[in-house]
Amino acid sequence: MAAPAAPLLTVEHLTMRFGGLVAIDDLSFSARRGDITAVIGPNGAGKTTVFNCVTGFYKPTSGCMVLSPGERSDPAIAQLTASGRGWRAARAGELFLLERMRDFQIARRAKVARTFQNIRLFPGMTVLENLIVAQHNALMRASGWTILGLFGAPGYRKAERVAVERAKYWLDRVALIDRADDPAGDLPYGAQRRLEIARAMCTEPQLLCLDEPAAGLNPRESADLKALLTSIKTEHATSILLIEHDMSVVMEISDHVVVLDYGQKISDGTPDAVRNDPKVVAAYLGVEDEEVEQVEAEIAR
Amino acid sequence: MATQAADVRVADAPRGRAGAIAAAVKDASGTALLALGLSFPILALRTEQNMANQLVLDQRWSYVAIAVLLAFLARLLYLLRLAFAASPPAPRIAAPAADRPALRLLTMAGVLLLLVYPFLALALVGRAGAIKWIDNFAIQILIYVMLGWGLNIVVGLAGLLDLGYVAFYAIGAYAFALLASHYDLGFWVCLPLAGILAAFWGVLLGFPVLRLRGDYLAIVTLAFGEIIRLVAINWVDLTRGYAGISGVPRATFFGLPFEDSDQGFAAFFGLEFATIHRTIFLFYVILLMAAITNWVTLRLRRLPVGRAWEALREDETACRSLGINTTNTKLTAFALGAMFGGLAGCFYVTSRGQGFVTPESFTFMESALILAIVVLGGLGSQVGVAIAAVVLIGGTELLRELDWTKSIFGRDFEPTHYRMLLFGLAMVLVMIWKPRGVISTRIPSIFLKQRRAVRGDLVGEGHG
Ligand SMILES: Nc1ncnc2c1ncn2[C@@H]1O[C@H](COP(=O)(O)OP(=O)(O)OP(=O)(O)O)[C@@H](O)[C@H]1O
Ligand SMILES: [Mg+2]
Repeated sequence: MAAPAAPLLTVEHLTMRFGGLVAIDDLSFSARRGDITAVIGPNGAGKTTVFNCVTGFYKPTSGCMVLSPGERSDPAIAQLTASGRGWRAARAGELFLLERMRDFQIARRAKVARTFQNIRLFPGMTVLENLIVAQHNALMRASGWTILGLFGAPGYRKAERVAVERAKYWLDRVALIDRADDPAGDLPYGAQRRLEIARAMCTEPQLLCLDEPAAGLNPRESADLKALLTSIKTEHATSILLIEHDMSVVMEISDHVVVLDYGQKISDGTPDAVRNDPKVVAAYLGVEDEEVEQVEAEIAR
Repeated sequence: MATQAADVRVADAPRGRAGAIAAAVKDASGTALLALGLSFPILALRTEQNMANQLVLDQRWSYVAIAVLLAFLARLLYLLRLAFAASPPAPRIAAPAADRPALRLLTMAGVLLLLVYPFLALALVGRAGAIKWIDNFAIQILIYVMLGWGLNIVVGLAGLLDLGYVAFYAIGAYAFALLASHYDLGFWVCLPLAGILAAFWGVLLGFPVLRLRGDYLAIVTLAFGEIIRLVAINWVDLTRGYAGISGVPRATFFGLPFEDSDQGFAAFFGLEFATIHRTIFLFYVILLMAAITNWVTLRLRRLPVGRAWEALREDETACRSLGINTTNTKLTAFALGAMFGGLAGCFYVTSRGQGFVTPESFTFMESALILAIVVLGGLGSQVGVAIAAVVLIGGTELLRELDWTKSIFGRDFEPTHYRMLLFGLAMVLVMIWKPRGVISTRIPSIFLKQRRAVRGDLVGEGHG
């Protein structure tokens, strides 16, 4: 593997409390550019909550999350933090303090896209429409904030054609091109999962957060998913943050694994290192150390 | 709910016709009992003043008998039909593409009919009758079609339940009345101003309330509608309270007034003066306004804003994850809906014979009526809303025509008194027959190979 890339996302001392419940407890980790970073842990460990903080759906109780598309420089981060603003524009070198931004701003400006653990499509809209809605901001600009588009300006029509082309590309990639004109709510479960990923990719994200994309998939679909995610990583300058319970997916495609338990990080490293970490095995299976070795063999299979 | 339970009972009954019939009769008897309970206080007893100015109780048992019998028969027939249908009713799947040409032909015929309607009315019933058919029917209906289309943007497309839409109708009406009486402005200048003012109030109301969802939003908008009406009643200095503002100038034909003078419309075009000129003119004005509302809405549905409205109705969280500013998106829907309401309000004032406006025209009943038009027509469907407006508004107007019913029910039978009863009945029937409105399918805004309608049960209703 090449020299370690710079971190794209750094999460520092992130804490999220719901009343008395500490869902995330002083969590720090980073996700490097061009990597697939997996976040794993038992049910209720706080994985989805981490995603909700990173994508702005929850405001963290404390901690900071920095997304630096360019070279990461600490003085620049300190300067932006002191300025009180949430982000710095492209010409000064993009930099985003995610904890200061709202959900849609994170998606629009920081280019972080996500999927949901319980799929959230637009069921009454067609597959194609789902992908066109994902390109809302680009199309909005092209339609002159609706005014030019209302009178059928050629610029908008061209932009819409480009948007349809991009949608077609992603429909091809997730093998849904034949169902483009069907309502999204009519698709089988696996296809809905794929569509959600395609929709997220239509926003051209630099960080794609996937919450259990393999849940409920059969082995074939699971294998296709692995191929899709690997190709997204290599062909589309998109880094991936992945929550997944299916260990075969995690171990095979991720470059880096972060393990959570009760909101705390208990392990962090390459898939191999994590797999062999007794703490991880214990957390996952809730067993004593003596039994660890036996269970380890099962996981490693 | 009750219907479902009954279906099960009929289905569970011992096989064979006798069992099913017995079950149906039993169920229908229950319905008849219910009808008796309901109609007894409403229909049976009536207080009346006699010649000596005393209040006497008038008993009308025949009315009760008719109502109970009707309820019994309707329920029985309905259940028997269910029980003896050859196969259980298949889930209604939108016949895609196939019926499209028919629908288009129907729409085209409708548009053509509308364009020649005033002259058709003139030719068929003569001048005196035509005024009624154009003014009471067509203009009234078209106002509600426009209001329905305006509210459809908010409720049908963006999925925001607005129970106070009449507020914007009132704002448009009062904006015109006040501007005209204080600054001496004419209809054509006030029309855009009324629209802008209503949109402005839509945004103003929207800002604080759009973070609310569902029921809460509905209640706050309901309150807003009442507040506007109460302000109109109580701010007597400005609005003259219940008396209302009168003497609002009538619409002119681009500066030519409709009056019997040398400067009037008739003289200018060398016609003989007739009040119907003005009525016909107003008909075309509201037709044009409604057509523009429709055009803008259809156009916006294919633009990013319109798609964002519908996506918002389907899933707001997903919208935000895609970088859509949901607050702005809701505000645009609110503002645009309000604008069309305001335009309709402005027109309403000028279309009234005496050109006056009072708070009574803007009660909650009005909001409910417009919402009923949208819901019965089918959330989001332009054609459905138009059909519902024709049926509901035209239907209640038609009741005035039913003088022949007097020969059945007696001299003092007044069909218009049963307006609300029939209105409710119609709503219940449509909701049984088509729970998602007359036209429940959704037409996609864009397609790759074939535009196929989306089944109504997949389409979201919004959460506020
Ligand atoms: N909005 C909320 N309000 C209160 N508690 C919450 C909320 N969201 C999450 N939690 C709690 O935080 C803890 C972590 O939940 P989270 O959904 O992040 O777990 P998870 O790791 O994604 O689990 P799973 O694998 O089951 O998806 C749980 O105890 C959960 O009940
Ligand atoms: Mg989760």
